[in-house]
Amino acid sequence: MTESSDGAPRSAAADRASGAPGELCSPGADAGEKPILELRHVDKSFGPVQALSQVSLQVARGQATGLLGDNGAGKTVMIKTVSGMWPPDSGEILWNGRPIHIHTPRDAAALGITTVYQDLALCDNLDIVQNMFLGREALRLGSLDEVTMERAARRTLESLAVTTVRSIRQPVSSLSGGQRQSVAVARAVMIESKLVIMDEPTAALGVAQTRVVLDLIRRLVGQGVSVLMVSHNLNDVFAVADRLAILHLGHLVATGPASEFDPQVAVDFMTTGRSARARPGIAAPREA
Amino acid sequence: MAISGGPVQGVEPSPEAGAEPRPTGAAAAEGSPGAQAADVALTAAPELVATSIGEYTRAWWKRVRGGDAGVLPVLIGLVGIVIIFQALNSVFLSAGNVTNLLVQGLVFILLGMAEVFVLLLGEIDLSIGYVAGLGAVIVALLMNPPVSLPWFVALLAGLVATTAIGALQGTLVTRLRLPSFVVTLAGLLGWEGLMIEIVNTTNPNSGGVISVTDPVIFNLVNGTMPEAAGWIVMLVAVCGYALFSLFHDGRRRRSGLTAPPLGLTLGRIGVVAAAGVVLVLLFNSNRGVTVPLSGMPPVIPVLLVILVAWTFLLGSTRFGRYIYAIGGNAEAARRAGINLTRIRTAAFAMSGLTAGMAGVVYESRLGSISIGIDGGTLVLYAVATAVIGGTSLLGGRGKMVHALLGGIVIAAIYNGMGLLGLQTAIQYMVTALVLIAAVTVDRLARRSRAARATEG
Repeated sequence: MTESSDGAPRSAAADRASGAPGELCSPGADAGEKPILELRHVDKSFGPVQALSQVSLQVARGQATGLLGDNGAGKTVMIKTVSGMWPPDSGEILWNGRPIHIHTPRDAAALGITTVYQDLALCDNLDIVQNMFLGREALRLGSLDEVTMERAARRTLESLAVTTVRSIRQPVSSLSGGQRQSVAVARAVMIESKLVIMDEPTAALGVAQTRVVLDLIRRLVGQGVSVLMVSHNLNDVFAVADRLAILHLGHLVATGPASEFDPQVAVDFMTTGRSARARPGIAAPREA
Repeated sequence: MAISGGPVQGVEPSPEAGAEPRPTGAAAAEGSPGAQAADVALTAAPELVATSIGEYTRAWWKRVRGGDAGVLPVLIGLVGIVIIFQALNSVFLSAGNVTNLLVQGLVFILLGMAEVFVLLLGEIDLSIGYVAGLGAVIVALLMNPPVSLPWFVALLAGLVATTAIGALQGTLVTRLRLPSFVVTLAGLLGWEGLMIEIVNTTNPNSGGVISVTDPVIFNLVNGTMPEAAGWIVMLVAVCGYALFSLFHDGRRRRSGLTAPPLGLTLGRIGVVAAAGVVLVLLFNSNRGVTVPLSGMPPVIPVLLVILVAWTFLLGSTRFGRYIYAIGGNAEAARRAGINLTRIRTAAFAMSGLTAGMAGVVYESRLGSISIGIDGGTLVLYAVATAVIGGTSLLGGRGKMVHALLGGIVIAAIYNGMGLLGLQTAIQYMVTALVLIAAVTVDRLARRSRAARATEG
């Protein structure tokens, strides 16, 4: 594998693409500003199964990047790699342009990467405030400062427009799926995450709750947080993503501004790894 | 249900939210926040939602019907048990018998508290009966000749030993990932063996019984305080509770958070004060059979201090919060950066410490410690105490006050059956029924709560 000479021009092409005419997204990924997270030639295999193969992906700063792929395309492996659960076999991960090594979830957390998992990782028996501050409780004279925590939690929830939870002192077990997602996201905001990775955030939700969560993701981006949203639901991804990246059988087959894709092109890439209808704004490294 | 259409009017912008939250497209206009907000579950502690007494009562009742009855079942059960025994034998509620009952309940209460620490993690500690016995033996041996240490040094040494035992078992559970059931089952056998070995080696001719000769430890349970001291204890406890409640509510109100209505807080303080007065009157009335005997046993304020301290530890410190978090969802706790090994080990150590205290109270009450102490039955009663009081066996739910209430229920059954002249066999069976009833209430509550959560 030719490591450097092969990959660098491609990512440059992707950068240029994001600044293509007709693109309405906020400036951020282009014009010299480095992507917040970049993967270069990342490989990950489990025994004979090559889960990720030479994946080079840029996650734009302050934008929502949608990572699409069919089941088994390697989406989950990718986010577990970035979140420190499964370090890559080879390749580089850059954070703000600097090479880093993420070996444990704690490494990722220290950088400001928060992953909101499908199973949510909330404690059902604790209330909303307790969950949002879990592991980072405010103290006053050595004991828990519930008043300060409750006020800060309420402020954060209000800033995300999560206001219909009647009491933020109700246990998480009494919340609906959308509310639970909201709490998990609010927790990520609370701890001042730079990059929030969301694993299938709408998979278990009804129509109304899905909309709540998608709104929430947009507000998150509005607050300057970068988001990597992993999903196989095209509607949801197109509703929020500024940029798209599509995985197919462990290969990154297409990247580009969301406006350059339409659902049919995305489905082509997701199912076959190529698309005859792709517009020039889409970088398709495998076809180069 | 967290539907909300776009930016909310009148919300103070958070400092970290630089930009106005931007809603996307049609989503902003739609959604029906009003309709959806109306059915939001009211399972929050009612005082955190309601601001008037009427609203509070409604919220509380809704919560009870929703399956989160708190200590209500055990209180109802206790009242029922008291009525039955009082109807069958009028001696039951006499001053002497109530004092006796509470003193009988002490060991159950303390062992129940020890068990709460590990039950909250979703673990179990089967060893605390014999850990208590071993601690009692160590304290007694160190106080008696030939060692003859001062009582407080002996007490400290005994408690350090039982804490270390708890920490050791906790280490085996967390580091080697052995099931706590097995580790502490080994403890149940091993610590009994060690206790017998120590007694037989040091006092071969004692018949396995070591008497408590130190007056301080002996009088902990058997002594009485002057009447005035009983009143002072009561005043300190009630005033402490009142000041804490009022200060706590006041700080919440000043910070713009909801707090229970003042009338309710004052009502609660009144109930606590009334209960305190009744208790002190009971302790201070003459309960002697041949010679006059009255006054509060010194162990009562000691128990109160332990109860308050452990309640604070569980409810108001990071350590306590993490115990609940681990019991609720260990994976979530791990992802939040909590050191599971340390918290779990510390919880087992706290269980050992509290078991040691139970052992000292046990030997104080009997005036001696025998190698015949039935640690196996004691630990089962300890689990029953915690569960009857409302602590869940599945982890994540429970309080120290549950052990207090559960211990009183078990002592009441014990005591009442004894008054009626019923045999131990019957007592065991009735206790079994109460335990089953308590677990059934817990399970039904969980089921109805789960049903409500899926509805929402």
